[in-house]
Amino acid sequence: MKMRSMLLAATAMIMGSVAAQAAELEVIHWWTSKGESAAVAEFAKALDNDGQGDKWKDSAIALGETARATVMQRVLGGDPPAAAQFNPGRQYEELIKGGKLLDLTDLATEGKWADVIRPKAMQTACLVDGHWWCVPVNIHSNYWAWYSKPAFEKAGLPEPRNLADFVKDAPKLKEAGIIPFAIGGDGNGWQIQLLFQDMVTEALGVAKRDEMYTKKSAEIAGGPEMKSVFEQLRALKQYTDDGYANRNWNDTTNLVITNKAGLQVMGDWARGEFAAAGMTGVKDFGCMIGLNEDKPVVSTDGDIILFFKQDNPDVEAAQKRLANLLISPAVQVAFNNAKGSMPVRGDVDLGTADPCMQKALKAVEDPAKIVTATNRFITENTNQQINELVAQFFADDSVTSEDATAKFADIIGNSD
Amino acid sequence: MSAADVAAPGATAAGPDVLAEPRGPKPRRISVGRIGLYAFLVMSAIFFLVPLYIMIVTSLKGMPEIRLGHLFNLPAEPTLQPWVDAAFRACTGRDCFGLSPGFINSVKITVPSVIISIVCASLNGYALTFWPYKGASFLFGVLVFGAFVPYQVVIYPLIIGLSTVGLFATLPGIIIVHTIFGMPILTLLFRNFYASLPVELFKAGRIDGAGFWRIFFHIMLPMSVPITVVAVILQVTGIWNDFLFGIVFAGRNNWPMTVQLNNIVNTTTGVREYNVNMAATILTAAVPLIVYFVSGRWFVRGIAAGAVKG
Amino acid sequence: MMAHATRRRLPIQAVAGTVPMILVSVGVFIIGIGASVLWSFTSSKLFPAYDFVGLQQYRRLWADARWLISVNNIWIFGLLSIACNMVFGYLLAVFMDQRIRQEDTFRSIFLYPFAMSLIVTGLVWQWALDPNLGLQQTVRNWGWTDFSFAPLVDAKTAIYGLVVAGIWQGSGVTMAILLAGLRGVDAEIWKAARVDGIPTWRTHLFIVAPMMRGAFATAFVLQCVAVVRVYDLVIAMTGGGPGIATTMPAVYVIQMITVRQNVGQGMAGATMMLLPILLVLALGGILAWRRKRKGVAA
Repeated sequence: MKMRSMLLAATAMIMGSVAAQAAELEVIHWWTSKGESAAVAEFAKALDNDGQGDKWKDSAIALGETARATVMQRVLGGDPPAAAQFNPGRQYEELIKGGKLLDLTDLATEGKWADVIRPKAMQTACLVDGHWWCVPVNIHSNYWAWYSKPAFEKAGLPEPRNLADFVKDAPKLKEAGIIPFAIGGDGNGWQIQLLFQDMVTEALGVAKRDEMYTKKSAEIAGGPEMKSVFEQLRALKQYTDDGYANRNWNDTTNLVITNKAGLQVMGDWARGEFAAAGMTGVKDFGCMIGLNEDKPVVSTDGDIILFFKQDNPDVEAAQKRLANLLISPAVQVAFNNAKGSMPVRGDVDLGTADPCMQKALKAVEDPAKIVTATNRFITENTNQQINELVAQFFADDSVTSEDATAKFADIIGNSD
Repeated sequence: MSAADVAAPGATAAGPDVLAEPRGPKPRRISVGRIGLYAFLVMSAIFFLVPLYIMIVTSLKGMPEIRLGHLFNLPAEPTLQPWVDAAFRACTGRDCFGLSPGFINSVKITVPSVIISIVCASLNGYALTFWPYKGASFLFGVLVFGAFVPYQVVIYPLIIGLSTVGLFATLPGIIIVHTIFGMPILTLLFRNFYASLPVELFKAGRIDGAGFWRIFFHIMLPMSVPITVVAVILQVTGIWNDFLFGIVFAGRNNWPMTVQLNNIVNTTTGVREYNVNMAATILTAAVPLIVYFVSGRWFVRGIAAGAVKG
Repeated sequence: MMAHATRRRLPIQAVAGTVPMILVSVGVFIIGIGASVLWSFTSSKLFPAYDFVGLQQYRRLWADARWLISVNNIWIFGLLSIACNMVFGYLLAVFMDQRIRQEDTFRSIFLYPFAMSLIVTGLVWQWALDPNLGLQQTVRNWGWTDFSFAPLVDAKTAIYGLVVAGIWQGSGVTMAILLAGLRGVDAEIWKAARVDGIPTWRTHLFIVAPMMRGAFATAFVLQCVAVVRVYDLVIAMTGGGPGIATTMPAVYVIQMITVRQNVGQGMAGATMMLLPILLVLALGGILAWRRKRKGVAA
């Protein structure tokens, strides 16, 4: 049957409009906000107009964890969707091992995915043991700090160029009546975790960080750089406000937008909030790449689409048509323009990129400036252990940096 | 349009009427006690209404005004746009039709689930109280025990079970799931209610030669009105608001309205529109709120007492 | 209470009438809970699996600070919120039962939080308790500049913020159940008590309340269930924070199963949660049996 479906898919691709049976493909994803909705509509439009009569059946479920849990439960119930959004990582390892996913290797070979998709880290998200199991669709970077230019002006400070400078200048912001550092502690402290991971990379450098996670090196994890990360984190906490406890990231960004706070560390989706508030990034807000303008890095936290095996060759053929469309240059540009993220192919032109995006597009071409997403190295369980350690350290001033560093080394050393 | 909107002014309207109340159980001492009573109720009502006030005020503001952060201020430029968006235009994925697409599905799931679960539970309570057979109280213990299990813990066996019988991701499937998870609390509710009824009622029925079903339909059911109202309140609320089961067990074509609600109010990295979120939440709650308000006619004294004599 | 009925040969019709209960008890809860206990001895990750690892999951569970804090929290949260909900719900029910005006309106007001999705009401509470946005700042603007009420901010007090929201959400239901109980009490009792010159509060406490023990038991169990399973409230208001200060067992278990993809350890947590409840139920069963033997008359 697999042979037959491959054959069908191949004929469909070669013969173009000659119709195999059209199919309706249900896709589960968590793109539910206004901007995300416009982006996913580009995918849907492409499939609906593929000339084969295929239909996109939209199953949006807000919140990644809810959507992923639903996917897993439906797989268990024997009713998987045709395709589903995931983040690069190890969350779908068991799906690959369990033989639940459609093998896309023949498509990838034909479309030369290995050549057009950059950076390499984005490929390895889908390329496991020589087989392609998913399609990467966009790149988001977590490595950004956003600051209010008026706030720094009001305090008589130059714009920050790296985190260390910012910590030094923070007291002046405080004197000027501004919350120097904006952060929120909602959702198990994921914002704090994001900040922490950014700081780790800034302190260790990309190479040493990768070594720590891949070799599970308790030595690096317990080293002096990590201790200084925890110390800096404690310093930053003193410059935040006491309303941070369960604040979500949008409200945190809003503090920067309204010039009540100086700086926030957050992924590139924060740009959407600034844009929604009518800000352009020229004189109202600034972006600091990689927490250090002199050492720009981007991470490859993006989205991928998995395809689930169906016992129906017509559906499988349609799934492959969709996979091909997702990676095609035209759809890549349309989708990523709407989403505010970077395309996964280097050979497309993203005409109207803003100054922040320009910085990122430049960095993404240099493999040395690519940070692989943390959850590519460690399991979700280890990830959560780190998360808890950092959240607790941030909340509780009685935990010392020494203890936290030791605990971190312990978690890394024992990770699975 | 929701009952809560109607309810809000009513709370203060009750105040001036304090002295006009004529038929209290202690009509001679109108003054201090009655005033204290209404003071307590009005104070409690205020405590309950503060979050609703914030929600309504926020739902009538534009996003720029919300960003200013004046939580309790009345809207400077009131707008109904968020309500329209929440009902018909907010994006919930590729489609931007607001809450409206799931409404009919929610009704299709809620009505049969509420009826079936209450019928089952009232029979259980009746049988447990008046016809206990060997092992019945053990089964009841298991049910009560089951009430404490977080749903997610038993979701896997249930998925496997329902897909084996081919009911996974179907309308009957979700109705069965709601009946299952409503059963422990509802059975407890009815059992404790029947146990508090005078046993003479049952004995009189037996002497007249009535059996299990006749006593249930002719004696017990007419007396169960107040407790059934409570059961309806519990079930309508729980099932109407259910998201966890609906999204897994109902199947894509029967997704309830809460899926749209979740998609409107929740986002991982998207921009949040708080005014639309608030409007959507109140709109979704409208159905249970109407049930609460209307249920008042059956929340009256004396039905049980009347039946005893009759 | 079951002493009322005369136990006779297996009443076929009663068994037939409770077939759903038999199916659900045995087919869902016994099998489901059994499977969960079984999986707690395995190393199941994303999906349930059957590679047994003995007590390892339990050892890891009790070595996890987050679990220990959850266990501690559930007692504080449970005792406080159940006590407050029962007392407040009872007072509301009694006051609502005084032939007041606008009863439907008041009842709807006390019940409406129960109907609202916690995702958003949790956010509203979080706003209302935010030190810079909410209540504290508003009262300070009125002139009490040293007024301080921001429980969610501090790891030590955040749990009390949850209790306040829990009362807001749950006491209406207690009120409704107890009100239905009150309305089921024979009106003659009130008349008789008044003729005897017994003060109203004594009638309530010593005559009517004991007659309502069924309703009290229902409300109490419902509260216990809500406490043991508390999840949405925590997620919406504190996300388990600050830090991990307000994690609860159900939050721990559910996140283990869904987010952290560690089904084995989640099931171990679930099993531990059910153990004390099993004890209480067994104790209740024994007590009921003894009472029955003594032959308490109605």
